[in-house]
Amino acid sequence: METLGYLAQGFAVALTWDKLMWSFVGVSVGTAVGVLPGLGPALTIALLLPLTYQVDAASVFMLFAGIYYGAMYGGSTASILLNTPGETASIVTALEGNKMARKGRAGAALATAAIGSFVAGTIGTIGLTFLAVPVVDFALRFGPPEYFALMVVAFATVSAVLGTSVMRGFTSLGVGIFLGLIGIDLQTGQSRFTFGVEELLDGINVIIVAVGLFAVGETLYLAAYKELRRIDTIAVKDSIWMSAADWSRSWKPWLRGALIGFPIGAMPAGGAEIPTFLSYWLEKRLCKHKGEFGHGAIEGVAGPEAANNASAAGVLVPMLAFGLPTSATAAIMLSAFQSYGITPGPQLLTDQPQLVWSLIASLYIGNVMLLILNLPLVGIWVQILKIPQSMLYGAILVFATIGTYGISRSVVDLILLYIMGAMGFAMRRFDFPTAPVIIGMILGPLAEQEFRRAMTISQGDLTIFVTRPLSLTLLSVAAIAILAPPLWRMTNMSRAR
Amino acid sequence: MPSRRELLVAGLGSAALGLGLGGAGAQTEPLPKLNVMVPSGPGGGWDQTARTMELAMRTDRLVRDYRVEHVLGAGGAIGLTRFLATRKGKGDEMLVAGMVMLGALAANKSPAKLTNATPIARLTGEFEVIAVPANSPLKSMRDLVAMFNADPGKVSWVGGSAGGSDHILAGMIAKAVGGDARRVAYVAYAGSGQALASLLGGQTTCGVSGWGEFGEQIKAGKLHPLALSSDVRQPGIDVPTLKEQGIDVELFNWRGVFAAPGITPAQRAALVRLIERMVKGPSWQAELKKKDWTDIYLAGDAFGKYVSDETARITHVVAELGLTK
Repeated sequence: METLGYLAQGFAVALTWDKLMWSFVGVSVGTAVGVLPGLGPALTIALLLPLTYQVDAASVFMLFAGIYYGAMYGGSTASILLNTPGETASIVTALEGNKMARKGRAGAALATAAIGSFVAGTIGTIGLTFLAVPVVDFALRFGPPEYFALMVVAFATVSAVLGTSVMRGFTSLGVGIFLGLIGIDLQTGQSRFTFGVEELLDGINVIIVAVGLFAVGETLYLAAYKELRRIDTIAVKDSIWMSAADWSRSWKPWLRGALIGFPIGAMPAGGAEIPTFLSYWLEKRLCKHKGEFGHGAIEGVAGPEAANNASAAGVLVPMLAFGLPTSATAAIMLSAFQSYGITPGPQLLTDQPQLVWSLIASLYIGNVMLLILNLPLVGIWVQILKIPQSMLYGAILVFATIGTYGISRSVVDLILLYIMGAMGFAMRRFDFPTAPVIIGMILGPLAEQEFRRAMTISQGDLTIFVTRPLSLTLLSVAAIAILAPPLWRMTNMSRAR
Repeated sequence: MPSRRELLVAGLGSAALGLGLGGAGAQTEPLPKLNVMVPSGPGGGWDQTARTMELAMRTDRLVRDYRVEHVLGAGGAIGLTRFLATRKGKGDEMLVAGMVMLGALAANKSPAKLTNATPIARLTGEFEVIAVPANSPLKSMRDLVAMFNADPGKVSWVGGSAGGSDHILAGMIAKAVGGDARRVAYVAYAGSGQALASLLGGQTTCGVSGWGEFGEQIKAGKLHPLALSSDVRQPGIDVPTLKEQGIDVELFNWRGVFAAPGITPAQRAALVRLIERMVKGPSWQAELKKKDWTDIYLAGDAFGKYVSDETARITHVVAELGLTK
C-alpha cells in the first residue's frame, strides 16, 4: 500500500503546530468568505497569492486548501439563515434550508449541513487519495456529446422545483435560460442581449440573480405586506440540535450526495452546481415525506450539501492527478504552484510527492477542523434569527448589497441586484417559483455550449448523441427520469380502476 | 521611507513585501508612487505581470508605494476604457495589457483603442504550441495541413475563447496554408484545463494553447507537439517552428505596460526609464527564470510602432475569422 505510506508522510508534514496554524487560519477565513455572497474562494486565494513570495509552499497550500473547504461550509450558513447563497453550489441549500430556519429548525439544518459536509468531504478526500487516476481516465472519455447528455439529465431535476403550476415553472426556467445567454458567446465571440452595455459582456453573475431573487425579493415582499410581519421573531424550537428522526433522515442523503458529487466534480466540465441539483431531485423522489419538500425537508439540505462538498474534493482530482485546472480555484492554485517554480502536470504526483500528499493530508485535517469549528457555531448562528424581523431583513439587504458590490465593484451589478429583487417580488406576488430561474441560468448556457461544441466536432451531425455509448446511456437515464413518474402514475391509476 | 499609513493602505501582499524595504541602498531616489491597473481578475496573466513587477520594483527599491487595481471585464475592454477616461495626463499611472486585449477589442467592436494609451514597454511573451494527442495519426504540421485542406470540417481545433490568441493563431495558420479562416472548426473553452482535457481525451483533433499550459503534458508524453508559433527555435524545447515547416506565421502572446494618455514627454521618459531599470535588475530576471517567461523587452517608440502594427494585424485576422460582422 504505497499510497498509505505517502499519506502517512503527508500527515507527518501537516501535523506540526505551524502547519496546523496555517490550516486553521485557512478554514476560518474560508468560512467567513463562504458566508459573504460575492467573495468566493477563487478570488480570496488570488488575493493571497503574493504570500507565495514569503512563505514556504506546504504552508501556503495548507492555507489555500483550508480556504477552499471552509468556503464550502460557510456557503451553506448564509443560505440557510439569510437566504443569501454565498456561492453557486449553495443555492440549492437555500431552498429547503431557509424554509427550515423559518420554521425554527435552523439548528438542525445547520447541523445536518455541517455534518453532511464533513462526511461527504471525507468520502471525497478518500476518493481523491485512492481513486484519482482511474477517475480522471474515465472522466476524459466525456466529450461534448456526453456533457450535453449530462446537462439533459440535470434538466430533469427542474421537475423537483416547478411548484404547483407547470406553466409557471417553465416560464421561470425560460427566464433563467435567457438571463444565462446574456454576454459574449464563447464559441463565436459575439455579444448577445447586451444592448451595448460593456459590463454585461461577461454575462450576469448567477450569485447576483440568486441573492436578488431570494433575499432582496423576499425583503421587498415582507415590506409590502404588513400582515406577514406580525410574527416579530422566529421561535427557535426547544432543541437546536438534530433529533433522532433528523439523523435517520439525513445519513442516506449524505452518502448519496457524496456519491453523486465526487465523480461529477472530478469531471473536467462537471462543476459543483449540477451534483446539487441532481441530489435535490433524487432526495425529493426518494423521500417518504414528499409533502415536506418546499416547506423545509431536511433531506433537501443534507443531500445537496454533501454533494457540494464531495464535488469540491472531486475538483482537485484532475488538478493533482493530471495537472488540469478545471475550475477557477484550481487554476489559481496552479499559478501558486508556478510561483514556487513547480509547473503542475501529469508528473506532479511523482515530482512533488511531499507537497501533494501534505496538501491531501491537510484536506482531511481541514475537514475535521471545520466540523469542530462549525458545530459550536450553530448555537451562535441561530441567535441571529432572534433579531426582530424588520431589522434582520434590513440587515440582509445591506449584507446583500455590500456582497454584490464586492464581486466586481461595479454599479451595474448593484442595479442588476435590485432589478432581480423587483423581479423576485413580482414572482412571489404572482406565485411563480424562483428556483427554476437559477437552474435555467446555470444549465442553459452549459447545455448550449456543449451542444454547439458537439456540432462543431461532428460537422452538424445530430446522430453523434446516440452513436456514442456513454452519451446514449445518459440520454436514456434522462428519458427514464422524465417519463417514468407519469407512466408509473398512469399504470397505478388503471390498476386502481 | 513610506509613512505608516501608506504601508497600511498598500494592501495585504504589498504590506508584507513593504517590510523588506530597509534593504541595500539604491543609486537613485525611488519613485514615490505607482498605480497599476490590471484589466482582468486576480490570478490571470496580466495580474501575475503586475504582481511580479511589484515584487521586482520593491526589492530593487524602484518605487515606494505600488498599488494594483483590478478593473475586469470584456477581455480587458472595460479596464482600458476606464484607464483612458480617468487617468489622462497622470504620470504615475500604468496599465498592463497585451495581445489578447487587441483580439477582444476587435471582436467586441469596442470604441476604446489601445493605441490611445501611451506605450511604455513590452515585457514578456509566451509563444503558442499546436499539439495533438500522443496516439494521434498526425505526426507533423504537414499531416495536419493535408487533413485540413482535404476537408476543413474534419479538423476540430480546441483552445481558449473565440477571438483569443489560440483562435487567432488557428485562423492565421488556415489562411497561410491557403484555406479559409472562417472554416476553422474551432471548439472554445473558457479555461485551459477543460480545453486540455478535451484534447487528452481525444475528443478534438488538435489543440492550440500557450506553451505554459501544454508544456508539462508534452514533456510527460501525453501530447505530441507539432509546431511552435515563435520566430526561432526555443532553447531546451525540441519542437520546430511553424516557419521551419513552411507556414509563414509567427505569434507571441505578448504582455506589456502602458501609461496614461496625454502625459508629457518627460513623464513618459521617466516611466520608460523606471521599467528599463526594473527589467535590467536582478529581481525581475530571477522571476522570469522561475516563471519560465520569455523576455521580449522592447521599449519606447519601437514598442509604440509594434503596438500599432499588431493592432492592425490582429484586427485583420479577427475580421477574417468572421468575428467582426
